[in-house]
Amino acid sequence: MSAKEQPVRIAQITCGAEYSGIQNEITSAAETVGAKMFYPDVALKDVKRAYKDFGLPVKSPDLKLAIARAQAIVEGRIEADGIFIASCFRCAEAAIVRNELRRYIVENSKIPVVSYSFNERTGASTLLTRLEALSTIAKRRALMAREVQVGTTMGVDSGSSTTKCIIMQDNEIIGTGWRPTTDVLKSADDVVSLALTESGLKLSDIDAIGTTGYGRFLVGKHIKADLIQEELTVNSKGAVYLANAQKGFATVIDIGGMDNKAISVKDGMPGSFTMGGICAGASGRFLEMTSKRLGVDITELGALSMESEGGENVPMNSYCIVFGTQSLVNALAAGYKPADVAAAACHSVAQQVYEQQLQEVDIKEPVIMVGGSSLIQGLVRAMGRMLNTEVVVPHHAQYIGAVGGALISSGFVDKKVKEA
Amino acid sequence: MAKVFIYPATSLILSDLVARFGHEPLGSALSIREHVQTPGFDSPPIQMTSEDPQKGLKWAAVEVPSGIRGRMALYGPLVEEAEAAIIIDEPDLAFGCMGCARTNELLVFMLREKEMPKLELRYPASKEEGVTFVAKIKQFLKELEVKE
Repeated sequence: MSAKEQPVRIAQITCGAEYSGIQNEITSAAETVGAKMFYPDVALKDVKRAYKDFGLPVKSPDLKLAIARAQAIVEGRIEADGIFIASCFRCAEAAIVRNELRRYIVENSKIPVVSYSFNERTGASTLLTRLEALSTIAKRRALMAREVQVGTTMGVDSGSSTTKCIIMQDNEIIGTGWRPTTDVLKSADDVVSLALTESGLKLSDIDAIGTTGYGRFLVGKHIKADLIQEELTVNSKGAVYLANAQKGFATVIDIGGMDNKAISVKDGMPGSFTMGGICAGASGRFLEMTSKRLGVDITELGALSMESEGGENVPMNSYCIVFGTQSLVNALAAGYKPADVAAAACHSVAQQVYEQQLQEVDIKEPVIMVGGSSLIQGLVRAMGRMLNTEVVVPHHAQYIGAVGGALISSGFVDKKVKEA
Repeated sequence: MAKVFIYPATSLILSDLVARFGHEPLGSALSIREHVQTPGFDSPPIQMTSEDPQKGLKWAAVEVPSGIRGRMALYGPLVEEAEAAIIIDEPDLAFGCMGCARTNELLVFMLREKEMPKLELRYPASKEEGVTFVAKIKQFLKELEVKE
């Protein structure tokens, strides 16, 4: 095997994974994305020294070991392409260590890191996108460094709620397509057709195709994509490209239909990220429920919410979609105006994302919001108030994954030209 | 011969001491060996599956982290089986290291609660304390023989 074919090496810094019975899930998810997990080897004296140096007085020996492993990587004694930090869900001691280690690694190294909390039900499919993103950053650094789109390329984002397509030519968007996701392949075919019609091109005119989103593998195979890549890296790339923030730091927030992503980006390259949504209450799905209950289209929810001052006075808890819906019903029955309820729903989703996701990445300006939910002004306003910053929503924000796919896949245009 | 639960359960020194005096040490080696030698599934390194934290519900509630419940699935049956216990408080990592402090707290509590002969000692800080430490363990194990 040549050096180039070596699998991406991801250091596993975990506490409780083996005893939760999910070690096999971690290993198999890594193998699926061409990565190999490994435990950084440290000696007992390293554990004692690292624990003392780090200064966090934890009691669990496995967490002391985790500190020593992180220190060995940061100090360059052990090489890794990426780091996966994880601990048991609901363990407060481990949550503190996990967060502090992530911060320590980000501040002291350039190694991409993802942190996660698991339970025994965590499966390989849940871990796949996270490990794929770590692997992508390590493996496709050159491709990810691309700042300008060249040739004629297409990006298709097969999301859980909607399917989007973008066609770009010489760094300009010339075609778009958007449809709710029903049948995954049919939705993809429809959006491709819409984008081709708008651009006046045929499929044979496209030089390279990139797919992302939940249906990326299926759609990618169907339309013979050159690039099939998870949405964490693709969306963050698309976001900094559209927001013209490819140099320096940025934070990308994508509140999706099924889960949310928060990504720290430096010079256009994702560094640390978190992806979650314990319950659909903290995702865009709750806002869809809200618009249905209020009898307005989702596209009108943003304008409606802006008629209110912010809705913070309306009791609303979207931590769980069932209780959130109950809050909606109660608020309307109590006589609150629909505009206030709409704003309260936005505030609640922003609050959940802030509490559950944004604590695990370092917020650095500009904060860029993308995805379909970024068109709901009340949500953007609530997030801006929460973070005390002006949130940037770039043009075509709802097409972000497709834009990222079209941009990154243009790296294949040069390759094809060379081969020709 | 008595079945003696050792804490820390990973301590090879304790395990060896118990075995030398003719008793059966109950610790990690025993429960993990059972898991590793179970045919039919492959979940390295210690062959635990998502079913183990479910089994652990017998000793810890569902709000308790899965890692603790998984560990309890290993140690809980051994505590139930134990006829005596040796507990070493605040042991050095090299003496026997058990990864999760919360599991350790629960385990020590369960051992203290169970009505059986117990020896609880502080981990020695000097050579002299070490000699006394071993002597006390030896005496405890010999007395177990007499009781039997």
